[in-house]
Amino acid sequence: MALHFLTEHEYEVVARCADRLLPPHAAFVGGAAAGVAGYVDLTLGGFEFDPPRIWAGGPFSGRFGGAATFDQFIPLSRVEELAWRTRIEGSRGIAEREWNGPVRGWQEIYREGIAMLADNFLDLAGEEQEAALDALPELKQLLFEHACEACYGSPEYGGNLDLNGWRAIGYAGDVQPRGWRDEEVTSA
Amino acid sequence: MPDFDVVIVGSGPGGATTADVLTAAGKSVCVLEKGRNHLLALEPPFESLGRLSNDEIKFNRRHFLGPDPLLEPRTYRRAVADGDRIFTGDVNNMPSTVGGAGYHADGKLPRYREIDFRLAGELGPVDGAEVADWPVDYDEIEPYYAEAERAIGVAGDHTGNPFAAWRSGRYPMPPGADMFLTTLTGPAAETLGYHPYRAPTGANSVPYDGRPACNNCGFCAFYGCPIEAKGDPVALLRRALRTGNCEIRPESIALEILVDSTGKQSRGVRYLDADGTQHEVTSNAAVVACGAFETPRLLLRSGIGNSSDLVGRYLMFHLQTIVLGYFPFRLHAYKGRDVTHLMDDPIVGDAASAAAAKTAGVPYLRGGIVEHGGSGHPIGEALYTPPGQQHSARMAASDRRDRMVGFTMQGEDLPQATNRVDLDPAVRDVWGLPAGRITYTSHEHDVACAHHWGPRLEEVLRQAGAHTTSWLTSPGTPGTRVPGLQPISRHWMGTARMGDDPRRSVCDPWQRLWDVDNVVVTDSSVFPTSTGYGPTLTLVALAVRAARALAGIEPLTSDRANAI
Repeated sequence: MALHFLTEHEYEVVARCADRLLPPHAAFVGGAAAGVAGYVDLTLGGFEFDPPRIWAGGPFSGRFGGAATFDQFIPLSRVEELAWRTRIEGSRGIAEREWNGPVRGWQEIYREGIAMLADNFLDLAGEEQEAALDALPELKQLLFEHACEACYGSPEYGGNLDLNGWRAIGYAGDVQPRGWRDEEVTSA
Repeated sequence: MPDFDVVIVGSGPGGATTADVLTAAGKSVCVLEKGRNHLLALEPPFESLGRLSNDEIKFNRRHFLGPDPLLEPRTYRRAVADGDRIFTGDVNNMPSTVGGAGYHADGKLPRYREIDFRLAGELGPVDGAEVADWPVDYDEIEPYYAEAERAIGVAGDHTGNPFAAWRSGRYPMPPGADMFLTTLTGPAAETLGYHPYRAPTGANSVPYDGRPACNNCGFCAFYGCPIEAKGDPVALLRRALRTGNCEIRPESIALEILVDSTGKQSRGVRYLDADGTQHEVTSNAAVVACGAFETPRLLLRSGIGNSSDLVGRYLMFHLQTIVLGYFPFRLHAYKGRDVTHLMDDPIVGDAASAAAAKTAGVPYLRGGIVEHGGSGHPIGEALYTPPGQQHSARMAASDRRDRMVGFTMQGEDLPQATNRVDLDPAVRDVWGLPAGRITYTSHEHDVACAHHWGPRLEEVLRQAGAHTTSWLTSPGTPGTRVPGLQPISRHWMGTARMGDDPRRSVCDPWQRLWDVDNVVVTDSSVFPTSTGYGPTLTLVALAVRAARALAGIEPLTSDRANAI
């Protein structure tokens, strides 16, 4: 698999962590199989693409009719690129990115956080992995937020593989342009 | 010869309405909008850009409609005693984009009632607040309300609300489909003596004004409508563009309102374009319609309009009382218009609320509309569900989304001079301009109201079948759980209040700055009180009135004798 920011080891660590945060369940394949690591890699490496993979296109995904356009990502303006590069890459001492001081980027949080986990993290038991992640609250919080987005957001961002996230919760996702009929809204 | 007759700063409901009225009157208008344009092509035939979508990541997690809190941070403190600030980031952010805050809402567009315009006169003063009568009353504004409802396209039932003010005609469209949960909460509320009604909503229930009927997709509040069925400013802006008299300049950051050497006349606006290059656009008049947060920020930055020292003061944004009920079955609140019923009972009050006021030591309790709604989308639910073993099971059960009803009471907050927007002494936006800072503490009236109505609204949810209920407020009040440090209501008002006395108001009764004759404010900044209703329809109605005055058009006439 071609990765865009994560190393293969980091990718595996993110996947295992995703299964601890959003675990498999009778109805749900778990964060790893739902594509969290792929989502994180595409988010951190979003500027490898042109346009960058920040905002999916519109108006329709094609899942409920209409032409599929979500995969045509929207170009960023100059300041929007500045914001997203700063958020993802960090300010790195670049004056243009530090109008309110230094910003720690998501790439640094993942790379440094994962490096602080034990070398044999992937071999640890689940409870031990959870304890290790608990000791790194900055990484855990960011990974949790990204895992939630990955599992329950639009698949064009790289997560929600085979719509497993939405299927597990009985959620249709984006329904335009079909929408819901009035009786589907009002009836039980 | 100036470049334009009028330059308007801001393209949200206030600015778009102003542009619509002025261009129809033949005035040439330039609209400066600091956000990007994702709404419509700016060349004929002004078609949709097709970028709006049912996408929770894009709209709710990645600031697609702006403002990005990294680029444009706001700061917050409860009072001066907190120091310079206690929070930096997203404080009540509303969209910053072509169409402005018109996007954010699920389009509930109620009118105010007669008493809302003369609260001080009718009910008297309140200690610690500066409640003021409006310089316009309901009878005068009624025809402008009717015009606003036609221009935006509002669906509603004129017979539904027993407390409603008089009307000169029906809503332009009948109501849309009731959400399933309201078939439970509506009868429950009636059983307990309340008066729920179908919410007047800026979403087409039938094809209207060349736009289709809403198809109930459920991505309403905080999303743009992919099929243009919502009454966001797209219709107003497109109409203005079609006159050939309107130019919209997105990604244009207004730096200051320019005034002549007398300081009494504006001559235009200085702004930055998307590349960071400065420009001046000259005009015979300037309209400030940036919303009640950015409007005072621009006026303070420009150093105009503030001889009363009231620019930015009397900030109000509704004390939200959020009442949650958990049901033993699914409610699919993700289908439909987010909120389809309201009730005014906490605004009108009853014997029990009067007694509670007495106990609290305030002269009255005026709450707000109660919105009967559901919850949001699944990423939001997942983020509020703790990670770990139970996460996936709880998501599958969906107690917090698919089995939950949320009532939101938009409680009237009383105006206090110490609640304000000013310029942060240190935090800057990406353009190097001082960030806006909010200082805000709820008045004891507002707190007492929340604490009275929270438990009463829990009773309604239990009557409707909820097995568990709870309530909280935003901003937090003593004894309640706090959803976050900073307030979450998006209803901003009051920071350039209008009135009859230049020493006690920023704008005159026609919304002109007392200090600068040809600068008009057409957003909710001018509201002297907040009422308990969403502000959009009223700010649009007032913008119609102010824009007609600016264009030299006769006022609309009121005809109460022929009320329906």
